[in-house]
Amino acid sequence: MRTGSDNVVIAEIDEKQEGLDDTEAGLTSAVPAVTGSRPKRRRTQWAEVWRRLRRNWMAMFGLAIILVIVFTAIFADIIAPYDYREQNLLRVADPPSREHLLGTDDLGRDILSRIIHGARVSLQVGFVAVSISLIVGGTLGALAGYYGGHLDNVVMRFMDVLLAIPSILLAIAIVSAFGGGLGNVMIAVGIATIPVYARIVKASVISIKEQEFIEAARAIGATDLRIILKHILPNSMAPIIVQGTLGVAIAILSAAGLSFIGLGIEPPTPEWGAMLSSGRHLIRRAPHVATFPGIAIMITIFALNLLGDGLRDALDPRLKQ
Amino acid sequence: MNDVLLDIRDLRVTYTTEEGLVVAVDDLNLQLRRGETLGLVGETGAGKTTTALSIMQLVPSPPGRIETGEIFFDGEDLRRKRLEDIRNVRGNRISMIFQDPMTSLNPVLTVGFQIEEAIMLHQRLSQRQAGRKARDMLKLVGIPEGRAGDYPHEFSGGMRQRVGIAMALSCNPELLIADEPTTALDVTIQAQVLELMRRLRSEFGTSMLLITHDLGVVAEACDSVAIMYAGAAVETADTERLFTNPRHPYTRGLFGSIPSLDEDVPRLSPIKGIMPDPTELPTGCRFHPRCPAATGICAERTPVMVAVEEGHEVDCMIYEGLVPEARIGEKED
Repeated sequence: MRTGSDNVVIAEIDEKQEGLDDTEAGLTSAVPAVTGSRPKRRRTQWAEVWRRLRRNWMAMFGLAIILVIVFTAIFADIIAPYDYREQNLLRVADPPSREHLLGTDDLGRDILSRIIHGARVSLQVGFVAVSISLIVGGTLGALAGYYGGHLDNVVMRFMDVLLAIPSILLAIAIVSAFGGGLGNVMIAVGIATIPVYARIVKASVISIKEQEFIEAARAIGATDLRIILKHILPNSMAPIIVQGTLGVAIAILSAAGLSFIGLGIEPPTPEWGAMLSSGRHLIRRAPHVATFPGIAIMITIFALNLLGDGLRDALDPRLKQ
Repeated sequence: MNDVLLDIRDLRVTYTTEEGLVVAVDDLNLQLRRGETLGLVGETGAGKTTTALSIMQLVPSPPGRIETGEIFFDGEDLRRKRLEDIRNVRGNRISMIFQDPMTSLNPVLTVGFQIEEAIMLHQRLSQRQAGRKARDMLKLVGIPEGRAGDYPHEFSGGMRQRVGIAMALSCNPELLIADEPTTALDVTIQAQVLELMRRLRSEFGTSMLLITHDLGVVAEACDSVAIMYAGAAVETADTERLFTNPRHPYTRGLFGSIPSLDEDVPRLSPIKGIMPDPTELPTGCRFHPRCPAATGICAERTPVMVAVEEGHEVDCMIYEGLVPEARIGEKED
């Protein structure tokens, strides 16, 4: 039990900071801690979203799969039965068996181990690429939306130019100019999708900056930076989160595509797209070499899309009961 | 002279729109004495809110622009201040209560945080002290301090407006601008909020500019009144004089449009016509197309403010002796 009111004061202030983190981190800790000994129903916007999301079993299914994949990626070294680099030229392209649950590839490496390690690469590419485009695109979009005028024109026309080039072509161009490798692939995929985020953030900043509470924030003497970061962005998280989730799927797919055509991640890094590509010429004799990485890609994209769609529904204010 | 806290002189604010130049405020003159409450009354579109935003230097630009005039606050022209200095005035020395408490609070931030933010922007306090003060402000406006961690949607309209008042008064401002603070509220809540504002105002010694279109609110809360029509003040007086002896035909028209308990009239007499299109204001006296006393000269000559008695000024040529005071107050069929 609390003894003095000071403890409660501290707890409340701490919680406030937590509250802010919530909005940035999305849904991870949407239910705030209970303050003091008072029983308190406290429903933040995010708790409400989480409640609605939970009712959507498809989205929860997607979320579960993603959590499994994330878990797999983190503990790949422990889970994987073999070293992903270990070749066994005596057992090339073996079909699934008890020793190799998903068979071996064209160099006799265990496909299951490679898929497990590949999850690490794919998730990394997905999240880092989306972070890059979200940070750059989001900043540009927020500035363009908030200040409008010439800045808006210059930024958005530049985005239009980027948008005019198909993003996969742009990524191909960037990778072939700067070379492959994990880092460059992430940057290439990230840059290619910047305009998408710039547009989304700009649109929601425009709709929110016209609201009265922004004028109220100005009226208490808040600076522009503070208004954008503290007042506008937390209010425009919904479309950004949805697009970000779907964007991870698109990024993973783009990276796999780049690897497939040989421009992406260098062997022996186990990348799903590269694995698929290397199994291509064995498709008649040993279809499992290409099939299992393909299924891994498919399941991941499918799960991300389920979650993304579920989030879109859960965040749609029109569906509020 | 230092008795006057706010002195607006010849203020002209325009908005550039696709239909043309909208003159929202035109040659407005207003004075607010320290400790007083001035009611700014007018129809929708008369330029009341633009006036408030001009004082805060918050007229959205573009499309808005303060073209001419001076806004003296405590002897300093706010228009000449640098942005940084203006920010120091906003929320600190002049603060504002907004019309709709449903939209003027940020839905994703707790009310405690929002009050705290206003405090921290202007006072050198630790977050803990600011939080303490925010909860004290909430208590002051009659909200249990335990609710500081709640979000705006967990409050009723009246309570949100109390939060708005707490936020506005948190830095102990010299001037409080209340932009139709009770319009969006139920009548019963209106009375509570007005009473609260009156109590706190006298407690804090704050001067207030109360924007409203409700003459009842003016009668209850204001020391003096300025009636605005199409961007300019047409009559200013202390509340008592204005209510007992309205002079401008527009003011009389306003009083004719509200039901009275004492008089039994079969029909209310609304003012004829509608507010003029702000892109094409009438020549001469702006009110002449709707004025029952208008004569030819009203369309040609712009009237000048004349004092009909001590502290009672009217912007009408009747009192310049150029137009006969005919038919005013008489009923149109």
